Amino acid sequence: MSVLFEPGPEGFLRRYEGLNARLPGHRTPWVTALREQAAKAFREQGFPTRKIEAWHYTDLNLLARSGFAEALTPVDEDVALPEATAPQRVVFLDGRFRADLAETPDSGIPVRSLGANLSAAEGLLGGVAKLDEVPMAALNTMLFEDGALIDLPAETNGGAIELLSIIQSGERPVAVHPRHVIRLGKGASLVLIERAIGRGDGRYLHNPVVEIVLEEGAHLTHARIQQEGPAGLFLSTVFAKAAAGATYDSFLLHAGAKLSRSEAYVSLDGPKAMAHLNGAQLLSDGQHGDCTTFLDHAAPDCASRQTVKTVLAGKSRGVFQGKIHVHQIAQRTDGYQMNQALLLSDQAEIDSKPQLEIYADDVKCSHGATVGELDEDQLFYLRARGIPAATARSMLIEAFLQEAVDAVEEETARNALATAVAGWWEKVA
Amino acid sequence: MLKIEGLTAEIDGKQILKGIDLEVPTGEIHAIMGPNGSGKSTLSYVLAGREGYEITGGTATFNGLDLLSMEPEERAAAGVFLAFQYPVELPGVGNANFLRTALNAIRRSKGEPEVDAMQFLKLARARMKELSMPEDMLKRGVNVGFSGGEKKRNEVLQMALLQPGLAILDETDSGLDIDALKIAADGVNAMRGPNFSSLVITHYQRLLNYIVPDRVHVLMNGRIVQSGGPELAKQLEESGYTAVQAA
Repeated sequence: MSVLFEPGPEGFLRRYEGLNARLPGHRTPWVTALREQAAKAFREQGFPTRKIEAWHYTDLNLLARSGFAEALTPVDEDVALPEATAPQRVVFLDGRFRADLAETPDSGIPVRSLGANLSAAEGLLGGVAKLDEVPMAALNTMLFEDGALIDLPAETNGGAIELLSIIQSGERPVAVHPRHVIRLGKGASLVLIERAIGRGDGRYLHNPVVEIVLEEGAHLTHARIQQEGPAGLFLSTVFAKAAAGATYDSFLLHAGAKLSRSEAYVSLDGPKAMAHLNGAQLLSDGQHGDCTTFLDHAAPDCASRQTVKTVLAGKSRGVFQGKIHVHQIAQRTDGYQMNQALLLSDQAEIDSKPQLEIYADDVKCSHGATVGELDEDQLFYLRARGIPAATARSMLIEAFLQEAVDAVEEETARNALATAVAGWWEKVA
Repeated sequence: MLKIEGLTAEIDGKQILKGIDLEVPTGEIHAIMGPNGSGKSTLSYVLAGREGYEITGGTATFNGLDLLSMEPEERAAAGVFLAFQYPVELPGVGNANFLRTALNAIRRSKGEPEVDAMQFLKLARARMKELSMPEDMLKRGVNVGFSGGEKKRNEVLQMALLQPGLAILDETDSGLDIDALKIAADGVNAMRGPNFSSLVITHYQRLLNYIVPDRVHVLMNGRIVQSGGPELAKQLEESGYTAVQAA
């Protein structure tokens, strides 16, 4: 039986002290220095509380009060896998890379275990993460054991890869901190479908951090599909930076978990870089979903597009916070942000906080937010054609989400997302 | 047969229909003409079952079924079809998916087998060709980005696919140029037969040149004030509604 660590930041810090000499890279000075720096940052910040402005709408009490244990799934245990959404797949079980479960074409797969290849991640790991501002990323850096390392050489196409993470929860809450590090060389391209699945009804913490570096003209499609178990806590962070002409096309889907918050820190560092920070949240009774993004326009002639849609049923709560910072140098920035919520119940709540900070004078930036219920005219139109009321509602909810998913240009990623949102309402209703 | 007796209805406390009596025998096409605000659209919505209208008296039956006690989808299943004056846009709902879902809902309620995607496409393509509709309209969102004429043609396409027993056309001619009007009228005329009846609601006589009605009724201020043959429409076009009011 694994030991349950004491609740709160102290438990995690104690665990770090205890594990220290066994964590991957414990003999590599730059890794231990990074972990030490992270531990210091985490010790100073602790878990974010609602007193912090950016955490006003999301309460981590559930996390702070729980004690967690180490995940104990044997490394050779066989698990049933869901159908793959891409031709290549790597699998992490309870955060550990499972080479035996991967689906690899003959030509090989450009994904390695980070834990087993730390030396290849020098200069990348910790290169983009902001440990002093993001305590969950500091926690991850302190305790990560494994993750995916993808380092695509210039002008290569990595195809489409599913990165599947399965967490098996039992009676004791487990905490898993995967760390993924991705670099696309100049002109390289990749479709990454990062999928998180929970098995079991128990409480657990899934705290992945993804660091992404896109060099000149690189193109990454990044679909994140969160389908955690009903008691799971999903706190994820993406740090991405895009050089000149690079594109970061991302879509975040929150479809499971008791509480989920995904933060994205994206910086457009070179001229004509582009970011899509789209997303959808499907929240039913008792769920809390939070999509928070920080977008830096730090170079001229960049464009960003963001549409986030949230559907809320029962007593659920959704949060959208989108900050766009246009630096003085970022002339001719073209930014668009839209946040839409569909409320299916009187008890649901959505909090929407767009924030635009613009220091350049030649800028096109627009943002908007809508909150609404299902449209009565649309419902009547469908019913007047013989479609039963329940089916009509379901069609309109799906249409609302379909529109969000349609923003994803790349077909494999779009299909994976469409499959994940399909039929949500039938399962909830 | 559609049979309406003493029908009164109000919206937000304001009485719109003030006692409608009307019979449309099976196999006949009747026109309802009237000025703006006479209650034409209210009558069509009340018959189709839209919420927001309070029925304060009277009855409306179709082939003996009490329409007013039925849900909108039940009325559709019973063969009532409303061609909307302003067809609603449904972003994110593909037109093909919508049409097939509707068709199968109606077929299910009749105890007929559902059509699969291939059968449906064959059926839809044939109908669309008759209506001179480009095939890509199946792939687009329902009515999304359609021109006024395309929306109306999409209504006629739905009617052609669902094969209702009673089609209520609410100002189907509005916003149509003459070519589109002819196509829409052809669509309705193709439905004519012993088991089809229609209530053609229009402001202008123009549409009735192409869909020649068996009877014409004049609706004013919530009541039918005059009924006659097709020649009544022409008279109205010449003398205007004020002349009827004066009579």
